Parts: sequence; structure tokens; C-alpha cells
Amino acid sequence: MIGILDLGIGNLRSLSNAIHQNGFDSQVIKDETSFADLSHLIIPGVGHFQPAMAAVVDRKLRAPIHAYVATGRPLLGVCLGMQLLAARGTEGGEVDGIGLIPGTIKRLTPGAGYRIPHVGWNVLMTKRAHPVYEGLKNERDFYFVHSFAMVCDAADDVLGETDYGGPVTAVIGRNNVVGFQFHPEKSEVNGLKLLENFCLWDGKC
Amino acid sequence: MLKKRIIPVQLLLNGRLVKTQRFDSFRDVGDPVKSSAVYNSQYADELVFLNIAREGQSVKPLAAFLERVSEVCFMPLAIGGGIRSFEDAAFLIQNGADKIVLNSVAYKDKSVITRVADRFGAQAVVVGIDAARRADGSYVARSHCGRNEEVVKIEDHIRSCEAAGAGEFFVQSIDNDGMMEGFDVPLIKLVSAIATVPVIGCGGSGNYNHLRDAFLETGVSALACGSLFNFSDSNPLRAKAFLSNYGLAFKVV
Repeated sequence: MIGILDLGIGNLRSLSNAIHQNGFDSQVIKDETSFADLSHLIIPGVGHFQPAMAAVVDRKLRAPIHAYVATGRPLLGVCLGMQLLAARGTEGGEVDGIGLIPGTIKRLTPGAGYRIPHVGWNVLMTKRAHPVYEGLKNERDFYFVHSFAMVCDAADDVLGETDYGGPVTAVIGRNNVVGFQFHPEKSEVNGLKLLENFCLWDGKC
Repeated sequence: MLKKRIIPVQLLLNGRLVKTQRFDSFRDVGDPVKSSAVYNSQYADELVFLNIAREGQSVKPLAAFLERVSEVCFMPLAIGGGIRSFEDAAFLIQNGADKIVLNSVAYKDKSVITRVADRFGAQAVVVGIDAARRADGSYVARSHCGRNEEVVKIEDHIRSCEAAGAGEFFVQSIDNDGMMEGFDVPLIKLVSAIATVPVIGCGGSGNYNHLRDAFLETGVSALACGSLFNFSDSNPLRAKAFLSNYGLAFKVV
């Protein structure tokens, strides 16, 4: 069973439709009671770091998410859901993240001539091989919408980048945890392919 | 590099897809769920839906419609027209919209922009501006599907909407709507020069040269087309094939 964690923000339907389109069932879950039944866990999200992280804390999800990851099952964070995986957020004051991947969420500073938010289709440049990239051509476009991005402490955790007035972290991964800054469920065929790969992934790399 | 976007814009009237000329005299052009599925197969960059029905409308039918579209479309979906409150906007976002387009309410109550942006992020809030050209070449903003003239200057409206949290502008020329004679380039330039967030230009595309001219002359992030795709043997794939000959970069699938 693929679980989609509902933190009360944003559009979960598109993600569940995209998973269904790939031939998998998913279930929207609100707390940790069904974590034991999951084969895969997805943390989606749009909006601001602070209230989203507050939802994680209020629902006492930080420890169960760490416990889930410790079992070796795959975890995917999408957009804000990926940013929550970081150690720290800086949007609206410094806030602790879930802390699965060392790094900080920082506001994009692309410089003159670049509009914020970074909205639209931009190129994913893969940095190293990973099971979620199986069958995907390099330098394809994915749909980004964000004003903040992750800066990883360890270069090895960056699986892919895009360029927006400088490199922007697009895909992160460490062991059985991956995160996409862009929206795979909104990125048509290539996005659906990434989601399919995640749903087929056993968490090993 | 961030790519330019070409966005089919679809007007909704009581469950049907329609197309207007100068915000008037609409024609029925089919079923919006089917057309959206076709746009998905043509790798459109994003879809914008604008509901032009007004009287006694709640957003519930729009949410039911979005549910069907999000089963066949795996791209960003924006919807607007008749969103009056934060609750309307939140309901649509929770039912499949990635962005909502606020127009008339943005003149009356900017707190709706702020509340949606605070909850769902600025990228979820598109402010729609419908502009009419005056005889002297200046522009006036009109709300309620072009029926009411607003007193605020467009320049001031853009600045205050951005300060309130708008993440994108969708600027539409009332005079050029449905005429298929080209975009209102000065209007798109005006909005792009003031806004620091991305701008989508709309109204007037009749052929691919119009898209090229508007992209090259204004530097706009995205252009939206209605009649071009509703009525002619044109589609987003062919538009991009043509435009890539002019140094414009689009999404690679």
C-alpha cells in the first residue's frame, strides 16, 4: 500500500490520480496508525515551511516518520514535502525540519532578471544514477513552483539539479529517502515515469 | 534554463466549453474534459480554466469538474471566475486546482490574496486583470467579466496585489479577446515591467507569428491561447515547433 500523508495543505488528488494512472493504489493517511501497512510513503505539500512543519509536530509525526525510514521502506517528499526532509528551514524564521537529510532550506537568490517564484518547466540535470531515474532520459523538463530550495550539507545527497540563475537542488536522495523539488504529478510523461519508478523501488540503491 | 509556456485557456459556462469575442457573443466549442485530455496528449504546459457563468454560482460544480479533469491531465491546472472568498479558493485547491485565479475580488478585498498565499503559497495565487484600451492608448481595468470599470490604475493594482501576496499575473486584453489578430503587446509590456512575479499574457492569438511577436517583444513568461486552439488546426506541439526556430526554448518531453 502506498500512503500519501495529508498535512492539510494543498492538492493531494493530483498525486493520487498520477499514482493510479501508473497502476498502483494509494491511500491518503492523516496519522501514523497505518504506517505499519505501508510499502511506500509519500509526503506531498505546497505552501510555507513553518505551518507545514507545525502540522508534522502537532500530529506527532516526526518520530514515526524516522521509525518508518529506519525499516528501509522507501520515502518520497514532493516539493514542500521534500523541503520538510531537511534539517532546517529558514522560511519565516529558523525552524527544525524532519531532519532526514542534512541541509537548509533557503530562499532562491537568482539575481537580476529572474522572477520569484520560480514557476514553470525547467531542465533536470541528473548528478548520479538512482533507481528512480530508471529509463528516464537526462535533461528533460519538469514543472517547478517554489521560492525556497534545499541546500544540502553533503554534495552526495544531491541527485539532480536545475539551473535558475545558478544551480538549484531538484532531486535529493540518501539511502531509502528521495525528494523532488518539482511536481512529478504535474510533469506529464516524465513525471509519471519517476512516480512509477518510485512505486516499484524497494528502497535499496 | 526556465522555459517559456504556452497555455490553452478554456472558458467554462455551465459545464460547457465556450469561446468569446471581446468578452461577448460566446460560442459553444465542446466538452472541456475531452478537450483537456487532448491538451494532455499534446503536452500542453499548463491549463487555465475561467468560469464565465455568474448568477447564483457556487464553486462546487467547478470542483466536480476539476476532479474529472485531474484524472486525465497531469499538468498544472489553474481555475478562476467567481471565486469570492478564501473558502472558495481553498475548496478548489483541495479538489484539484494547483492555482486559483482571482479577479474581481482582488479589487474589493486583497485579504483573500494574502490568506490564500499564506496558506498555500504565493505560487497558488494568480491575479487576473482584464484590461480595456482607451482612445488615448492607456488602459483601464474592468472587473466582473469586463462589465464594471475599476477606478484604480492598473499599475497601482499590480503593485498592491503583489504586496498582498500574488504569485503570478494573468493579463487579458478585452479588445483583442477572440479577434485572432494578435496579442496586445503594449499591455503585456506594461504589466511585465511592473510585476516582479511571472506574467501570463492572454487575448488575441490567431497564428504562431502572434505568439512569436509577443514572446520576443515583451519577455513575458507565458502566453495563453483560446481561439487559436479552439478554432484552427493548431495545437501546442506545432506552436512550439514553429517558435523554436526563433530562439525560444520550450519544455523537452
